[in-house]
Amino acid sequence: MFQAIVFLPLLGAILAGVIALVSARSRFPGEAPPPGAEDDATGAPVHHHSAHVAGGGVIHHDSHEPGDGHGHDGHGHGPVEPAAAGSRTAELITTTLLMVSAILSWIALVQVGFGGHDVRVPLIDWIVSGNLKVEWALRIDTLTAVMLVVVNTVSALVHLYSIGYMHEEPYRPRFFGYLSLFTFAMLMLVTSDNLVQMFFGWEGVGLASYLLIGFWYYKPEANAAAIKAFVVNRVGDFGFALGIFALFAMTGAVDFDTVFAQAPGLVGKSINFFGWHADAMTLICLFLFMGAMGKSAQFLLHTWLPDAMEGPTPVSALIHAATMVTAGVFMVARLSPLFELAPHAQAFVMFIGATTAIFAATIGLVQNDIKRIVAYSTCSQLGYMFVAMGAGAYSVGMFHLFTHAFFKALLFLGSGSVIHAMHHEQDIRKMGGLKDRIPFTYIVMLIGTLALTGFPLTAGYFSKDAIIESAFVANNPMALYAFVCTVAAALLTSFYSWRLVFKTFHGAPHDVKHWKEAHESPMVMLVPLAVLAAGSILAGFPFKEIFAGHGVEHFFRESLKFGPNNKVLEEMHHIPMQIGLLPTVMMVIGFIVAWYFYIRKPQIPVELARQHEVLYKFLLNKWYFDEIYDVIFVRPAKWIGYSLWKKGDGWLIDGFGPDGVSARVLDVTRSVVRLQTGYLYHYAFAMLIGAALFITWFMFSAGIH
Amino acid sequence: MAWPVLSVVTFLPVLGALLIMLMVRGNGPFAKGTARWIALWTTLVTFAVSLVLVRRFDMSSPEFQFTEKHDWLGVASYHLGVDGISLPFIILTTALMPLCILASWTSIQKRVKEYMIAFLMLEALMIGTFAALDLVLFYLFFEGGLIPMFLIIGIWGGPRRVYASFKFFLYTFAGSVLMLLAIMAMYWQAGTTDITVLLRHGFPAGMQYWAWLAFFASFAVKMPMWPVHTWLPDAHVEAPTAGSVILAAILLKMGGYGFLRFSLPMFPVASDYFAPLVWTMSVIAIVYTSLVALMQEDVKKLIAYSSVAHMGYVTMGIFAATHQGVSGAVFQMISHGIVSGALFLCVGVVYDRMHTREIAFYGGLAHRMPVFAFVFMLFTMANVGLPGTSGFVGEFLSLIGTFKVNIPVATFATLGVIFSAAYALWLYRKMVFGTLKPAVEGIRDMGLREAVIFAPLVVLTILFGVWPKPVLDMSSASVAQLLDGYGKAVKTAKDEGTKAAAAKAPTVEASVIPVSATR
Repeated sequence: MFQAIVFLPLLGAILAGVIALVSARSRFPGEAPPPGAEDDATGAPVHHHSAHVAGGGVIHHDSHEPGDGHGHDGHGHGPVEPAAAGSRTAELITTTLLMVSAILSWIALVQVGFGGHDVRVPLIDWIVSGNLKVEWALRIDTLTAVMLVVVNTVSALVHLYSIGYMHEEPYRPRFFGYLSLFTFAMLMLVTSDNLVQMFFGWEGVGLASYLLIGFWYYKPEANAAAIKAFVVNRVGDFGFALGIFALFAMTGAVDFDTVFAQAPGLVGKSINFFGWHADAMTLICLFLFMGAMGKSAQFLLHTWLPDAMEGPTPVSALIHAATMVTAGVFMVARLSPLFELAPHAQAFVMFIGATTAIFAATIGLVQNDIKRIVAYSTCSQLGYMFVAMGAGAYSVGMFHLFTHAFFKALLFLGSGSVIHAMHHEQDIRKMGGLKDRIPFTYIVMLIGTLALTGFPLTAGYFSKDAIIESAFVANNPMALYAFVCTVAAALLTSFYSWRLVFKTFHGAPHDVKHWKEAHESPMVMLVPLAVLAAGSILAGFPFKEIFAGHGVEHFFRESLKFGPNNKVLEEMHHIPMQIGLLPTVMMVIGFIVAWYFYIRKPQIPVELARQHEVLYKFLLNKWYFDEIYDVIFVRPAKWIGYSLWKKGDGWLIDGFGPDGVSARVLDVTRSVVRLQTGYLYHYAFAMLIGAALFITWFMFSAGIH
Repeated sequence: MAWPVLSVVTFLPVLGALLIMLMVRGNGPFAKGTARWIALWTTLVTFAVSLVLVRRFDMSSPEFQFTEKHDWLGVASYHLGVDGISLPFIILTTALMPLCILASWTSIQKRVKEYMIAFLMLEALMIGTFAALDLVLFYLFFEGGLIPMFLIIGIWGGPRRVYASFKFFLYTFAGSVLMLLAIMAMYWQAGTTDITVLLRHGFPAGMQYWAWLAFFASFAVKMPMWPVHTWLPDAHVEAPTAGSVILAAILLKMGGYGFLRFSLPMFPVASDYFAPLVWTMSVIAIVYTSLVALMQEDVKKLIAYSSVAHMGYVTMGIFAATHQGVSGAVFQMISHGIVSGALFLCVGVVYDRMHTREIAFYGGLAHRMPVFAFVFMLFTMANVGLPGTSGFVGEFLSLIGTFKVNIPVATFATLGVIFSAAYALWLYRKMVFGTLKPAVEGIRDMGLREAVIFAPLVVLTILFGVWPKPVLDMSSASVAQLLDGYGKAVKTAKDEGTKAAAAKAPTVEASVIPVSATR
């Protein structure tokens, strides 16, 4: 069963990929084979179509008519083409397989989580070299089972939704192939039994993310965003890799069981890292967390996530909200036996998480692109999860990961439905009044917003409040900072979420033509929305005890490690009443301010922006991170690369090397003629110098011995 | 085992070359066709025979197998044999050769007969290099390989082919001359040129240092290591596609093979002493050439610089002298042979159609060449070292093997994973993504012949990425034995060094005592 859960999506990806290649191939046939061996096939393309071309396809005629003119979501810019042959087949195959996988995942959760049957499925050897042994294996414990459910459920719904959302797209087989490929990589990540397989999944999801962000490959912004996502993630992976190396150097293993068993023995040992005698556990955890920072778009490595919104909206829902970006959180939870032993690293995790939570929320306040608002919100919510991880409340962080997957996927897919209705318009300033035109979407977006802001009894209410409580009681130097940041971020979250709702659905329509044409999405898109909306409400209360209550130990068992001094989960339940109510109060304040600003007195925000222009610009431009990175990393790298090439290779090495030598040889032959002066002392002098050089060389070489 | 498999594999291509020489007359279409077909069949048969080696190879033994020894030339003997380190390279050579012939099928139209002869001779010399168990024989094969390559670049190359071929020749030849001196000295010292004997000989420490340097000069140029790498971009740019493939996939590997066959086991004390130098050069190579690759305007130059960076991992891993480091280096060389070969073939595909290598000329190829886009993406990702492709395994092993020995070196080298992603994806984006440029409006996707070339490379890249066991197991026993001998020799030398220091003995005398390399 577990093999099926993991490999069915791969099967779907391969089939869809084959369909995509074959259908694309029939559109653009290959080079015709030359009739004779002597045909000069190198010149202009041959005019006749060859026989080996996969038949039956539509021969493509370049039709570069512009689309319907406007829009930012890609569709309008592409060449209008008929759908690829086999599109429907590819959709059905991948979606069906994913649904099967999702159902099996829920069964697995019941068996493993509630039934208590941890499973390890060995597959084959991967890298075996000396004492290093890396296997392909599936490790299914409760932590993994929770992730399987999250990944496969959201992925199946996103597949289904995409059938409707992408129906105008001519290259659907490729899209669905990528989606399934992503799901497979993510499943390999969460089922990994060792750090290297995790790294495989880690980079695999990075690849799929790169391909999907750049799905509309003719859009320059999409390409730039795709590369940025990959490269920034690689910065994180650099740390991840070093963490693996260091763990292997210290323990001689990379599989979780051995590493976890040996970890307590590493306490007090140190690693000499560039002269810094670092505590081994702290250094290893910091390295590994660097990977998590990249993948989960945390402060400093967050810059790729908003840009990733260039990809199709279902992608944003699946990868950049519900699953891939939570891989960092999962990683820390999986490695809790290590992090428990590295309090300094935990403090750092908490600091980064708290900073991200508040930092991303401030940017979300002023953005105008509906998807980017949700993206910054994701960034901020991931910060919350890391606060819980830093506090040692791993199950609480996982709880928020679980609920967040539902309501954030809902918000993204809801935004997709809005964008779909608005003919690919994403700017909320051009929306307004849509609640009458697309009532179903409006209602599900309301549910998602309530869950995100933590309205009592919704899913987000339980998980988010639990995080704030855990920060309050955590035994961590950053606890107070994290508590203040998360509470403040709760206020901002409420404000920007309601701002989005009010500007999109309420008030007068800003673009009457679009407003009139706005239409509700087809059923195939609405059903996933309904399911996610139900999840946004129901994922909270029934799971409260097993994630944040007294059932944690029984539910998660060995998959999460709580050290002997880690009493966070217990103390959480004994916090003062006022503290417990604080997030809810913040939520209400945020709602009232947003209502006052955008319904009651819409001129106030405009006025505020004008009065505090510097602050406004600062937030609007995302704290100028892109600009700063450009100046300190991108440009210097290019400049250094160019100078090394021209000055280093060209001038220095070639100049003094081969080119220089050949030039000097010519010079010398010319001057040798002049050297033959005929004076004896000239020759004697030359011999003396030669002898001196020889003796020097001799002494030097003797010295080496 | 009755027949000399290794000799057959080595000299079959020569036979094919002779056949072409005798049978093909003139320069007409029929003659060209015959030359191509003979060459293709010769390489295919050679590959098939080389598979016999794999089949009969005993992976559990670290000793040389399929050995053949005959007296020859008095001083030297005709001595062939393979172990787990050399066999993978021989298979790589025989496997890539038919693909190279296929890749030259239509793009080479002048002097086809001579071209095919040059390639077949090159194949024989390369196999011989890896199979030779006699220093003189090795040197002849090693240097002999220069000549056909020099001709391939110089005759069938691009506009600056003469400059490039001379640069290639002078660079590599300068290194080789020093190696020849060392080989002669080794003969005088040990009284034999038999590699199997020399491996057990144990050269005096004093001699090890300068002999190591002499070999290093030759192998470092071949690799190529920074700063003697500047011949490679020029050679690649000017060479015809198949020439680039062979250059990147196999000729470069002779340097790494040389380190493993000579430097490490024969001069262990010197290898240990100079390891920091090699690491420094490797790390500089990785960072420096990756940055340079970022700014290239010519596709082939970019891939050439990326090759230098990837070879940096190899030299670093070899001199880390850990099991993972050395195995990783061997694997990285095999993987790079497949991946960089495939990348140069990809360049060949578009070069054959458009006759330019300028990156800026291309754009939006995905609109017209979906299959090419897929293949190129796969090899780009393998070049970047994505897990699941063969590129990852070698990089990962050599890094993890080095980290155990030297953390700063491994850390700087790991930076390469960021840079490689940047330049490789940038290249892909410029050429394949974006809007379709009018200049490439009429370009056609890969044909059947090209698909046949790429299919095995695609399969191997993924297979070795997911299941690298065949290569790792093949080399494992030999690597273990190599490192065992190396470790003992270094330890003995260190012990004697400390003893000598303790006795306050004059260092000059201490250095003359031969180090007993127990192996």
